[in-house]
Amino acid sequence: MPLIKDGREIDDVWAFLPDDAPLSPGGCITVSLGRFRSETELLLARNTDVGVRLEPADDPHELEEFLDRLALIEVSFPKYTDGRGYSQAQLLRRRLGYQGELRAVGHVLRDQILYMNRSGFDAFETERADLPSVVEALNEYSAFYQPGADGSVSVFARRHQKD
Amino acid sequence: MYRYDEFDAQIVRDRVEQFRGQVARRLSGELKEDEFKPLRLQNGVYLQLHAYMLRIAIPYGQLNPTQMRKLARIARVYDRGYGHFTTRQNVQFNWVALKDIPDVLAELAEVEMHAIQTSGNCIRNTTSDHFAGAAKDEIMDPRPWCEIIRQWSTFHPEFAFLPRKFKIAVTAAEHDRAAIRVHDIGLHMRERGGEVGFEVHVGGGQGRTPHVAAKIADFVPEAQLLDYLEAIMRVYNRFGRRDNKYKARIKILVSETGEEEFTRLVEAEFAAQRDAEKIALPQAEIDRIHAYFAPPELPERPEAAQKLHDAMAQDDTGLARWVRVNTHPHKVNGYTSITISLKPNGVATGDATDAQMMVVAHLAETYGHDDVRVTHTQNLILPHVALDDLPAIYAELKAAGLATPNEGLISDMIVCPGLDYCNLANARSIPVGMAIQDAFTDPDDQEDIGKFHINISGCINACGHHHVGHVGILGVDRKGEEYYQITLGGRADEKARIGDIAGPGLKADEVPDALKRIVNRYRELRTSKDEPFIETFEREGMEPFKEAIYAAH
Repeated sequence: MPLIKDGREIDDVWAFLPDDAPLSPGGCITVSLGRFRSETELLLARNTDVGVRLEPADDPHELEEFLDRLALIEVSFPKYTDGRGYSQAQLLRRRLGYQGELRAVGHVLRDQILYMNRSGFDAFETERADLPSVVEALNEYSAFYQPGADGSVSVFARRHQKD
Repeated sequence: MYRYDEFDAQIVRDRVEQFRGQVARRLSGELKEDEFKPLRLQNGVYLQLHAYMLRIAIPYGQLNPTQMRKLARIARVYDRGYGHFTTRQNVQFNWVALKDIPDVLAELAEVEMHAIQTSGNCIRNTTSDHFAGAAKDEIMDPRPWCEIIRQWSTFHPEFAFLPRKFKIAVTAAEHDRAAIRVHDIGLHMRERGGEVGFEVHVGGGQGRTPHVAAKIADFVPEAQLLDYLEAIMRVYNRFGRRDNKYKARIKILVSETGEEEFTRLVEAEFAAQRDAEKIALPQAEIDRIHAYFAPPELPERPEAAQKLHDAMAQDDTGLARWVRVNTHPHKVNGYTSITISLKPNGVATGDATDAQMMVVAHLAETYGHDDVRVTHTQNLILPHVALDDLPAIYAELKAAGLATPNEGLISDMIVCPGLDYCNLANARSIPVGMAIQDAFTDPDDQEDIGKFHINISGCINACGHHHVGHVGILGVDRKGEEYYQITLGGRADEKARIGDIAGPGLKADEVPDALKRIVNRYRELRTSKDEPFIETFEREGMEPFKEAIYAAH
């Protein structure tokens, strides 16, 4: 499964630690929100980076006070038709100001990646889309009516910009 | 009407190329059908009983003659010579080949049209009052805000994979012709101390669990409308049910959460928005979009009414009746809005041939200030015509089979395509509708009956709006045989109400006679000819009509 970030394919140094797996030293790990809540101190005290994987029903506000200590938030798309992850991303980026890596994982397909990117995702662990097709998908449109989570300007505003 | 600027045009062109690529990847097998399905749906492409169907958006039901001619061409070249106007003010073509669809979309883009989000679990075409900008009783023109909502909802990155489809309707007249209370969001424009705002209704809908929408806000100022809509959409996207497609519409979220709690959730989400999250629609942009909807130059024609009167006095072709039935009061003295009925006897409701579309385009250009509307009752409208042009318009419509004088009358039904076309249907709708029309052919009789809305659906999904017909007819399948369940007392206007089921279903051939008995009972009970059926029903209740329906049993 290719991992694509900032227009490049990168190696994945992260591993998801299932709730029933013991915590061992070293390595970059992500855990479920539930585990993060119950073992917060332990996880944050590790010397290596820690991240959280959100499932669709999870409330991103629960991470609010820890956002600057998380290097990665993964948002899981068990089915690509479940669009709750887009709202989680918007909340994390635009409401809560999360600046770290926001990665879409799970059933991530080429034709959803542009929506994901505009909702604030900057990394995509795709089901099978390769780098060229992802780059193509990200460039299919040159203008958008809505302001983007990445700070991009809406058509509504662009029409009235003096340049 | 609105015209595309460079941004709108580019977005639609980009869409055509994107979809062309998706179709190519599907045809090559790179995309699986279950992955392609939501993509094609978000571009209005359905796989129906016999073929692919393409649904094209007609934003808030408005077309210009060039666009109408393009639809005629698509009907002629890519379909079988006709198109089908729908209850969502869209148009559908039932026989387009998948490989041709990218080319059809490219042709549509040339005339500023598209099929974006006409299906799928996203925000659909925004609908409105078909007399918008012309009706005497509106407080303002709702179309500019419909256009703003169209743009805001187009490819909204957060709301492309909602739990279920989502429909928004807007009206600005006290008499609601846009059925806003049976939409996911219904917006009623209001004025308060010189400020424009929106009364917000949420959670209306039909289908297997019909609901009249709950009013969650009395007045959202126009500058905050899009942010408020975002708050509603986010609450729905996060908390709407996804475990059962039949419980996934926002109406279920509203009813299961409770109106008060749902309202609180929306208000809390709205209040939590930071400045950086706001859409911040520039006032100059609001003004720019409004400017496109400036009313046409309509110099008063004080002599027009008299000229029409004289023409009617000498006419023996039915002009007077058509004028009486198919016109609607206009803001400007000497003008009217006309309904072009797509409900003559023996034609599937809402169908128009390519030749008929050409006639409508010609009339709109010659007499109608380049403006055509599609109604949610599946007729067409020329909103701005001079009274003294009506004789010429009538003659041309009549020659094209488009002058049926039945607007709002018993033969002016909403009928879904039913089992003749649709994958989901359990029973046929079109033949039942035609049989009812055959039972009420006399135009004097129809006028005497007056306003009478029959809505027919071929399955519980209620595309034929049976829940809100004065008389609703629902086709069901019982052990391989079609039965038709009758509901009474529904209405879609400002007094919206879900109809009550009268009793056991009838066989198809029993339906027309049952209708006749309902009508006869209504005639016995009405206080005068001015009391429409729905009011008689509301006064008298179900009993006398139920008796009438089952009298033969």
